[in-house]
Amino acid sequence: MTVRLTIDGRQVEAQEGEDLLTACTNAGVEVPHFCWHRAMGSIGACRLCAVKVRRHEADPGTIEMACMIPVADGQHIDIADPEAAAFRGHVIEWLMRNHPHDCAVCEEGGDCRLQDMTIASGHHLRRAGPDKRIHRNQYLGPLITHEMNRCIACYRCTRFYRGVAGGRDLDVFGAHDRVYFGRAEDGVLESPFAGNLAEICPTGVFNDRGWSKVYARPWDMLETPSVCPHCAVGCNIGLSVRANRLRRVISRSHPAINADFLCDRGRYGPLFIEGPSALKAARHHGHAVPLRTALDQAQEAIAVSAALGGAIGIGSPRASLEANYALRRLVGPEHFFAGLDAAEVALHRRLAAHLANASIASLADIAAADAILVLGEDLTGTAPMAALAVRQASRAAERALAAEKHVPAFLDNAVRVAGEGRRAPLVLVTPVPDALDAIATHPLRRAPADIAGFGHAIAAALAGKRADPDASAAAAALAAASAPVIIAGAGLGDPAVLDAAAAIATALNPRARLALFPAEANSLGLALLGGEGLEAAADVPGRGAVVVLENDLHSRCDPATIARLFADRAVIALDCVETATTAIAHTVVPVASFADAAGTCINHEGRAQRTIAARPDSAPAAWRVLAAFGGGAEAGLDDLQVALARDCPQFAAIAAAAPAASYRTPSGRIARAPARFSGRTASDSAGGDAAPPRDPDSPFSWTMEGGALPAELFQGVRILAAAALPPPAQAPAIGGAGLILIPLHDPFSVSETDRASTILAARAPGPQLRLHPADAARLKLAEGAIVSVEGRTVPLVLDKHIPIGHAGLTTRRTTPRRLMPEGSK
Amino acid sequence: MIGTLKSLWAVGLKLFAPTQTQGYPEVKPALAPRYRGRIILSRDPDGQERCVACNLCAVVCPVDCIEVVKAETVEGRWYPETFRINFARCIFCGLCEEACPTAAIQLTPDFELADYARSSLVYDKPDLLIAGKGKYPGYRYWDVAGKTAPPNTDPKDLAP
Repeated sequence: MTVRLTIDGRQVEAQEGEDLLTACTNAGVEVPHFCWHRAMGSIGACRLCAVKVRRHEADPGTIEMACMIPVADGQHIDIADPEAAAFRGHVIEWLMRNHPHDCAVCEEGGDCRLQDMTIASGHHLRRAGPDKRIHRNQYLGPLITHEMNRCIACYRCTRFYRGVAGGRDLDVFGAHDRVYFGRAEDGVLESPFAGNLAEICPTGVFNDRGWSKVYARPWDMLETPSVCPHCAVGCNIGLSVRANRLRRVISRSHPAINADFLCDRGRYGPLFIEGPSALKAARHHGHAVPLRTALDQAQEAIAVSAALGGAIGIGSPRASLEANYALRRLVGPEHFFAGLDAAEVALHRRLAAHLANASIASLADIAAADAILVLGEDLTGTAPMAALAVRQASRAAERALAAEKHVPAFLDNAVRVAGEGRRAPLVLVTPVPDALDAIATHPLRRAPADIAGFGHAIAAALAGKRADPDASAAAAALAAASAPVIIAGAGLGDPAVLDAAAAIATALNPRARLALFPAEANSLGLALLGGEGLEAAADVPGRGAVVVLENDLHSRCDPATIARLFADRAVIALDCVETATTAIAHTVVPVASFADAAGTCINHEGRAQRTIAARPDSAPAAWRVLAAFGGGAEAGLDDLQVALARDCPQFAAIAAAAPAASYRTPSGRIARAPARFSGRTASDSAGGDAAPPRDPDSPFSWTMEGGALPAELFQGVRILAAAALPPPAQAPAIGGAGLILIPLHDPFSVSETDRASTILAARAPGPQLRLHPADAARLKLAEGAIVSVEGRTVPLVLDKHIPIGHAGLTTRRTTPRRLMPEGSK
Repeated sequence: MIGTLKSLWAVGLKLFAPTQTQGYPEVKPALAPRYRGRIILSRDPDGQERCVACNLCAVVCPVDCIEVVKAETVEGRWYPETFRINFARCIFCGLCEEACPTAAIQLTPDFELADYARSSLVYDKPDLLIAGKGKYPGYRYWDVAGKTAPPNTDPKDLAP
């Protein structure tokens, strides 16, 4: 139901049950505030959103906190009322009483709510002396800085960290004017969402440590919208660049994906392009050569391949769709391979087919669900933001109980108390203990091979058949829900799990939605493009060149397959980071990373999203290099997409993912630089300056000339069309001796690009092998031993939660298989 | 006719007026300390460089001729790794001095900046940083930033 109010003399409609602050914000009226956050509701801690509220026209009115009172019909709200403005001015002066005057040395300066509010409230001169309340700061790990003196006690940090992200180790200590937000003792923040503290803190208590090291003021950076390349969720990010250096990554709001937050892998992972292992120079037979020479050598090797059986192209789920397509066009569809082992290719093909026939859940749908089943997926490791959405969904029961007690939904703290800690049904079926166990109503442990069977048992129970008690309880919880979501993914490498998840979603039709998480950013795009596994590539006869596109094959298949594939062939590797594959390639060509080239990735919901070059000076885009090898004459991304849509009609819609390069705002191109960009003329000499560079692939300018970003045009487009489901894949045979693999997923480190980010590598615990003590004793291995497994050496951790006969290994290749750990010398 | 004579008289009188021309460069003009000429970076009373690389001078500069790049000492103190002023662009408006919260950047009464090459007019930190305190002898930003504990504080008080 809508209510009518008058805000500063303007008639506005609002939804009943909203707070005044939300109503004002939705109406486009700014009310000063610190503690209120649209994702976290109201708590009334900062007292800044004071407004004059009149119940009716003639009412003299009272000062109220806009975030704490509900809208009502006929209300008059005066934000600019002198009494309310004076009240807010006093609040600011109180807050500034203990806030240091160190804006000059604060990273937040220039993008600080407290700064803005202080100026806006007219508090220009301090009446108190310079002596302040002083706190000792803590070391909170490699991601986040801590400067407690700047705190204004809005409680946003603990409300996010504990209430939204489910962290336990950040809390508030002390009382009255000496409250302290931090850990009980110095130490690394445990939550994989800790980076959000930098964005959520309205002042400079928590800041991005990586940004601080290569600091530039917020007004001094080129802002380019992009898409996170570190998992299949495809969160929207903003890349901030100055002097051709990526300085920070921020969350860019997408209503269906990441409305407000970003995981640490997404925030710090993209900095890999500035890491020491970023690939910058071309090589030929181990010697550094100019890029032109390497390109010529590669082109010649591909040209002579025609007489040797043709060149082979190895694609990548890390590369953009355009780059994979350009490679496929160069070598021909029958010589294009997906760059994964055959089992993973089949897995992702099956995943794509299930999604095409399902009602797909976006992250927003997951967060709004009232019952969730997670089948086999370690969401916190494989798709951290999906885990955050699950955490929000689990509060649905709490909100429902609070609503029964007539507690307004916006009163966050009251809802938590009135909700009595009730949790919405969350059935979590995983092989090992999971980060979401604490909020799961049904935390269930099953061996990897039994998870699909358990899923089918739930589907059977939903159809009214008898099933084991756990499955029946799960089925009952899902059947009682009005908007259940079924979540599975590629994390266990088992296509049968996907089949089971799809079967449950079908049994719950039409209420249920399905979310299946592929392994990587563009796994789905690669699956839709086609291409067989690496084993098939190794079987291709002939001696033509192998072109490996942005892929470290050593993490994809066993070394024997790579040896067979590379034997007697010229190996050309195109990549943006140094990998084990670029180390052995004959010709290494540096190409643009996701942050330096326009391209398209398909996320877990089949949404095509565009990345855009964020640094003006970088290596050429892989698709441009590959198109040139084949004599393609595409001038820009738009032309290549036309060719892609012609050759692969399933991608016809991707051009709608973002505006074409010819798009213009009323003020021309879209400006990357803010209007107040400084230092432009610090090094120039009049008359001798080159024209600013042009971006042929996007409508963005590299300067402050142009209009504002039309964010609604950069939200991507869903491209999945209903398709016939291929026959069920054969259950992977994992016979032989050894321990059955349980893939472990690290929220901070999955791929070679994660490890190439210096700041993320400092946070990641590193790969591990986890064994049950009984298995370790049988293999005569002790805790902490360095163990050799699949050609890698990893430390052994004893863990009684690993089922006997299984081994947990941090690995990207999830194909079910057996491991033979051996003590390393 | 009379008008012409009057003009001649008026001009002729100037022969006996005191001369205004100064023999620059042999005679240097006396300029006020507030004169807005060549920009320098000063040091605080402890001899530490005052600049904390806050970038306010760069952002206020109407011709964008200042570039500052922040770095941090091991103690966490900010300082400029790069401080560059392009005097070929500078209009000597003095807004940078007004914006500076640490009194680091100051304009001096030196205006003799002419050079033969434009590149010589790009001044980097070694060219800008002087040994003295400039116009504000006693000023120390860190004394008024509100971040240092008063001398008689009980360290236990600083803990959470």
